[in-house]
Amino acid sequence: MRGYHDIGGLEAGPLHKSQHDYALWEKRVDAMLVLLSSKKLITTDELRLGIETLGADAYERLSYYERWIASISRALVARGVITTDELGRRMADAGRRARDSA
Amino acid sequence: MNPRFKPGDAVTVRRAYPPGHLRTPHYIRGHHGIVERVCGSFANPEELAFGRNGLPALPLYRVRFTQRQVWPDYAGADGDTVDIEIYEHWLERV
Repeated sequence: MRGYHDIGGLEAGPLHKSQHDYALWEKRVDAMLVLLSSKKLITTDELRLGIETLGADAYERLSYYERWIASISRALVARGVITTDELGRRMADAGRRARDSA
Repeated sequence: MNPRFKPGDAVTVRRAYPPGHLRTPHYIRGHHGIVERVCGSFANPEELAFGRNGLPALPLYRVRFTQRQVWPDYAGADGDTVDIEIYEHWLERV
């Protein structure tokens, strides 16, 4: 079966060549991957597998760095670096901070 | 591992569809190519993807394919080629 990400040779429509700045959170996700890789807590291949198993719907819906952080989170739980409980609590805290500052 | 193939060898990409993280593009499976160079040996990305160490390292080859053979309706020049880096376990001798 062809993976939904494995699109070489398929009709892909026009290319969007517009440039855009990265949001702060996107830069942080990028930095996080560099740090985790340097500490040997994740490999590029784990990152890719996580993205390739998000499911076709989520893959289409999520932006580039949203795919990354979804995959990084899953890999770190699988390796026992963080727990789902810790992750859930920190996500709730971040949500509260975002609402308070809005 | 010592490389099984050397530059100039004719190889076929296996028509295999295992689950997991695969570095061999879907579109090239089943096609014939020529080994252009041996790139060295590297940890197996299919194993690394699951958090294992990927050892023993596997030989990686740059394999050259003819565009016209890969894409029957290819509109470019006859001699155009595409090079793809492929791990040894995906290749068979023609």
